[in-house]
Amino acid sequence: MAIPARRRIADIVAFTFATAATVFGLVWLTWILWTTLAQGAVALTPTLFKEMTPPPGATGGLLNAFYGSAVMIGLGLIIGAPIGVAAGTYLAEHGRYTRLAAIVSFVNDILLSAPSIVIGLFVYELVVRTSGHFSGYAGALALAMILLPIVVRTTEESLRLVPDQMREAGFALGLPRWRVTRKILYKAALSAILTGILLGVARIAGETAPLLFTALNNQFWSSSLGGPLANVPVVIFQYAMSPYDEWHELAWAGAFVLTVFVLVLNITVRLLARRGKS
Amino acid sequence: MNDTATAIRITPANAGMGRSMMTSTSPPAIDIRDLDFFYGKGHALKNVNMAVPANSVTAIIGPSGCGKSTLLRTINRIYEMYPDQYATGEIVIDGRDILDRRYPLSDLRRLVGMVFQKPTPFPSSIKANVAFALSYYERLSKSELNDRVEDALRQAALWDEVKDKLGQSALSLSGGQQQRLCIARTIAVRPEILLLDEATSALDPISTAKIEELIHELRERFSIVIVTHNMQQAARISGNTAFFHLGELIEFGSTSDIFTNPREQRTKDYITGRYG
Repeated sequence: MAIPARRRIADIVAFTFATAATVFGLVWLTWILWTTLAQGAVALTPTLFKEMTPPPGATGGLLNAFYGSAVMIGLGLIIGAPIGVAAGTYLAEHGRYTRLAAIVSFVNDILLSAPSIVIGLFVYELVVRTSGHFSGYAGALALAMILLPIVVRTTEESLRLVPDQMREAGFALGLPRWRVTRKILYKAALSAILTGILLGVARIAGETAPLLFTALNNQFWSSSLGGPLANVPVVIFQYAMSPYDEWHELAWAGAFVLTVFVLVLNITVRLLARRGKS
Repeated sequence: MNDTATAIRITPANAGMGRSMMTSTSPPAIDIRDLDFFYGKGHALKNVNMAVPANSVTAIIGPSGCGKSTLLRTINRIYEMYPDQYATGEIVIDGRDILDRRYPLSDLRRLVGMVFQKPTPFPSSIKANVAFALSYYERLSKSELNDRVEDALRQAALWDEVKDKLGQSALSLSGGQQQRLCIARTIAVRPEILLLDEATSALDPISTAKIEELIHELRERFSIVIVTHNMQQAARISGNTAFFHLGELIEFGSTSDIFTNPREQRTKDYITGRYG
């Protein structure tokens, strides 16, 4: 049966636009990856991971910044993820049909879309001003506050996707809610919940604004969370703004490592999600 | 026990009489008195009075939306998971009104097991599925637990098919095996009453036949209430049958009477396929 010309044209137009939109999106990603790689290639040597951030005119690496970022992301994860999973569990299970849960869920959505610089300023007032100095703890707290609403949301959604039949089957055996949640629902939603946490980590890994007001930066090696702590995003920001070529190269290399880290996390998320489906 | 001999006929008109007849013989497994059920404003069960005899199979039939699943969901109070659903009246099991909010849910659900329409294996191993509720209720040694798991799987006629792969995921079983696993998991805690909510409607004919055989064997140890859309199934496996229509119990009596000699016109219309 012949397809009318109008439908064929509509199909071609739709196909063209959809393809163009996809290409448009991919061009920027490829461009970003290529540019950061090309520009940062000079500094992308083992030294990058072995030496500290150098003073102007000298060579060096980003070891202190990588370390600081890793520690703050790790601590942010330790603070944010458990609270987020617990709150998401409350919203999806215990508080399911309550008004309070509806309100909390709404407020969480606001927090989810709050500009990260506002969270940075909030933690600045809360911790930096009261303690009198910038610190890694403040940075980790700011990152945790960005991670938290993401984990709350994804945990709530993941648990809601588990069919009610599963809950009924658990409750019909006479098991209390916490046991049904812990032993059945978490197991069924595990890969989705982990996916949410990893996406949250990918998000906080690149956050600059909240660290600018909290952890600041540190030119030297410091493993103490009690004082200013070097971190990749702020180093990139400062070095990119500087007039020195060596610093520019380090900033590019840092940006490349950061982008690859986020990319790898996203691929892991994809694999996890696929495993969860099968 | 001979089902036909103890069968009683309870209609809304002679409900009180039916109950007193029942008490004169052996006490019913479930005595439902003046039960009403609401989904918010929807009135799903209307003044149901019914004495379900012990150690036999009672089938509940009726067209979609007649309240037959709702009745089952009331007997173990699973409806309490959802807001706006509530029941009034009494359901007496072992001399106690289980609708009383002070009756602990875990006690009730240990006494009254339920198997659902769709098999719902938990995402863990076959053994863990059976041991799940068991290890919550009872403190058992490893060998005792293994014995109880084997015992439950044997009762559910699944042991021979799974004995070599107890550690494998329950999700790897076929639909019929999964449903028998759900039955095993339920009877592992040794309930007195088994509720089956269209437990075979998602299964193929061979699996259905296996589960029907199983129900036939289990009726000696449990009082079974089964909701079914399939009238042949009700006729095959039950001793007594209750016919529901629009939330009302229209007729309740021995299965042979209901299917060969119904007293109510609506029952006759339904079993002859006039509606449903």
